[in-house]
Amino acid sequence: MPAADLPARPAPRRTRPPRGGRALRGLVRFTTLMLAVSMVTFALVGLSPIDPVKMNVGQVSYANMSAEKRAQLRSYWDADAPVAERYARWASAAVRGDLGESLRFSRPVTDVIGERAAASLALMAAAWAISGVVGVSLGVLAGAHRGRWPDRLIKGYCFVISSTPTFWLGLVALIVFSVWLGWFPLGFSAPIGQSASAVSLGARLHHLVLPALTLSVAGVAGVALHTREKVIDVLESDFAWFAQSRGESPRQVLVRHGLRNIALPAISLQFAQVSEIFGGSILVEQVFSYPGLGQAAVTAGIGGDAPLLVGIALASAAIVFLGNAVANILYGLVDPRMRQGGAHGTLR
Amino acid sequence: MKQDGIAGARQPAVGALAAVPGSVGRGAGEGAAAPGASGPAAPAPAPSAHGDGEFHHHHTHAADTRHPGRHHLLTVQNLTVAFDMYDADAPFFRALRRRQEVVRDLTVSVHTGEILAVVGASGAGKTVLADCIMGRFASNEEVSGEIWFDGELMDASGLERLRGRGISLVPQSVTHLDPLMRVGAQVRGAARGETRSARAADARRRAERQRALFADYGLAPEVADLYPHQLSGGMARRILLMCALMDEPRLLLADEPTPGLDLDLAVRALGDLRRFADTGGGVLLITHDIELALRVADRVAIVRAGTVVEETARESFEDPSLLRDPYTRALWHAMPKHGFQVGAPTGDGDRPACGPQGAGEDAAGANR
Repeated sequence: MPAADLPARPAPRRTRPPRGGRALRGLVRFTTLMLAVSMVTFALVGLSPIDPVKMNVGQVSYANMSAEKRAQLRSYWDADAPVAERYARWASAAVRGDLGESLRFSRPVTDVIGERAAASLALMAAAWAISGVVGVSLGVLAGAHRGRWPDRLIKGYCFVISSTPTFWLGLVALIVFSVWLGWFPLGFSAPIGQSASAVSLGARLHHLVLPALTLSVAGVAGVALHTREKVIDVLESDFAWFAQSRGESPRQVLVRHGLRNIALPAISLQFAQVSEIFGGSILVEQVFSYPGLGQAAVTAGIGGDAPLLVGIALASAAIVFLGNAVANILYGLVDPRMRQGGAHGTLR
Repeated sequence: MKQDGIAGARQPAVGALAAVPGSVGRGAGEGAAAPGASGPAAPAPAPSAHGDGEFHHHHTHAADTRHPGRHHLLTVQNLTVAFDMYDADAPFFRALRRRQEVVRDLTVSVHTGEILAVVGASGAGKTVLADCIMGRFASNEEVSGEIWFDGELMDASGLERLRGRGISLVPQSVTHLDPLMRVGAQVRGAARGETRSARAADARRRAERQRALFADYGLAPEVADLYPHQLSGGMARRILLMCALMDEPRLLLADEPTPGLDLDLAVRALGDLRRFADTGGGVLLITHDIELALRVADRVAIVRAGTVVEETARESFEDPSLLRDPYTRALWHAMPKHGFQVGAPTGDGDRPACGPQGAGEDAAGANR
C-alpha cells in the first residue's frame, strides 16, 4: 500500500498513516468523479439527436402546436442554449444543492430521485444480499468438490446464466410465474388502483419478489464462479497442504483455512458487485415496469431530460463509489496485513 | 479437491506399495544385500540382521546408530516413482504419452535418534520422496516399492493416516502458514476427538503444549498473537517446527528447512532438529546444502538422478577413501574446502554471505 499521503512535499518522516488524509483524498476523488460524470452526461445529452420539446409534448400535439408556442417551450426548457452554457448554469445551481427540474416529471430532480431510489434500493439490496449469500455458498460447494458432480452442476448453471441476457430471464420469469402460475403480479411496485398510502408492506414485498429474484439469479453466477476459483486457489495453497499434512481432513482444512481466506475476496467482490446489480436493475425494472431509478433513467434518456439523467447518473455513481469505499474500509479492518500496513513483517 | 483426482491413481499406488510383502523392515531378509558399490559389503548374515555396526539396506551406520526393536523407524525400500505425461519434445498433436521416472529404485532408512540428511541437487527427486512419505500422490503418478514405518509396511492410506500422527512435516517456507490466522492458533492446530468434550479437552492440552513449546524454543508468549507476515525468518522457522512438534511425532520430515536464512539462523534451525533427534525422534532432513547437512546430520544419503548413490555416516566424509561411490567422492573433492573438517567449529569463512546454499549447490552442480 503506498504510504504517499502528502504528494506536494516529500514526507520528511513516516508517521502513522493519517486517517484524516485518507478521508480527504477520498473526498477529492469523489468530487472529481461527480464532476466528470456530470460533464460527460451533459456532453452526451448535447450530442443526442433527441429534441426534448418534441419528445415531451408528444408527436401529435407538437405537430398541432403553433411556432410561437414551440419557441416558448424551447426557451422554457432551455433547449437551444449551447451545452456548455447549460452545464455552467446547471453546475452553479447544483453546487447550491439544486439539481434542477425534471422536464419529464415537472418536479425537482431530487424529489424524483429520492422517490425512485427508495424503490430501487429495496430491489437492489434484496438482489445484492441473495446473490452474495447464494453465490458464495454455491462457489464454496463447487470449489470444494472440484471436478465432481456438484461442481459440474454449479458450473453449468453459472455458464448458462452468465450467457443469458437479464431482460430475457425477466421475461421468462414473468411468463412462468406471473402468467402461467399466477403467483406474482405482472409488474409495478404496488397493486394498480390503490393510493400509495394504502399499499401494505406485504403487497410491496409481493411485487418485489420476482424482479429481485431475476436480478439475483444473474448476480449469483458471477459471484459463484469467482468464489469457486478462489476456493480452488486456497485449497491448492501451501498452507492448505501443510494443514492436511498435519492430519486435518479436507473438511477441516476448508472450514479452518478455506473460509477464512475466502472471506476477504468475497467482501471486495460483493461490494464491486454493486455496480453490476445497478446495471442489471435498469433492464429488470424496465421488464417488470418497476418504478425505480433504472426505469427513470430510461425515461430521462429517451425524453432528452438532461437534468434528471445527470441526477440519476450522479446518484448511481455515488452508490457505486460508496460500495467500493466500504469494501476498502472493510478490507482494512479485516485483513491483518493491511491493518499493520505491512511494515513489521520481514518476510524472507 | 486433490484427493479425488488421486483416487483413481491411488489404487495402483496402494497395490504397488503393498504388493511385495517383504519383511525387510522387520530385519529378516536383506534381498539385495550386495550393492553395486565396492567396499566391505557384508551381506546380512542372520535373520536377526541389523547389527548396529554393519552394512545392510544399502547403508552404513554412524557409531551410535541403534536398532531398537530390531527395525528402522522409517525404511523406504526400492521406491520407484514415474509420471505418466506427454512427451514435451514431440510436436503437439503427435506427442505420445510416456513414462518419466523421477525416482528410481531408491532405498533410504532413518533410525531413531538420528538425523539422516538426504542431499541432492534440485531435480534429483528429493521432493517426490518427501511427498511419497507423506502419502501425497499425483493423479498421473505410478509408484512402486515399499515404505515401512516402525516395522510396519504402509500403503497409501496408511501413510495418509500417519500424517500428524507419527510423521510430521516441517515445511520449507512461511507460505505454509495461513496468512490470516494467528500463529499461536496455527501451532495449536485442529483439536481432535470424537465428542465435543473430547475435542475441548484436546484443545486445552494443545494450548498448554503450545505455551510450553514457545517457552522451550525461546519465543515470547506474545508471539502467539502475531500473524505470519509479522514474523522474522528465524521466528517463522521455529513456528513451523512447533507446528510439527505439536503432534508429538516420531519422525520429522524436514523439507529444505534453511533456505533464506543466514548461516547463524540456519545452524540454529538445524540445532532445533538435533534437539528433537536427541530426545529419541528420527529426522529425515531434505536439503541441497551438503555443508549444512554435514554439520548436523548423523548420516548422509546422497541422491543423484532419483536414486541414492550412497548412504553413509557423516564421519565417512572426513576421508574420501571411506566413501564408496565415485559420485560421492567427486562431490567430496568439489567441496569448497578440500578436506572439509566435519564437526569443527570453524570453516564458514568460505561461505558467501548472501546465501548459505551457494556452496553446496555449486558442489552438487559441478558433478551433476
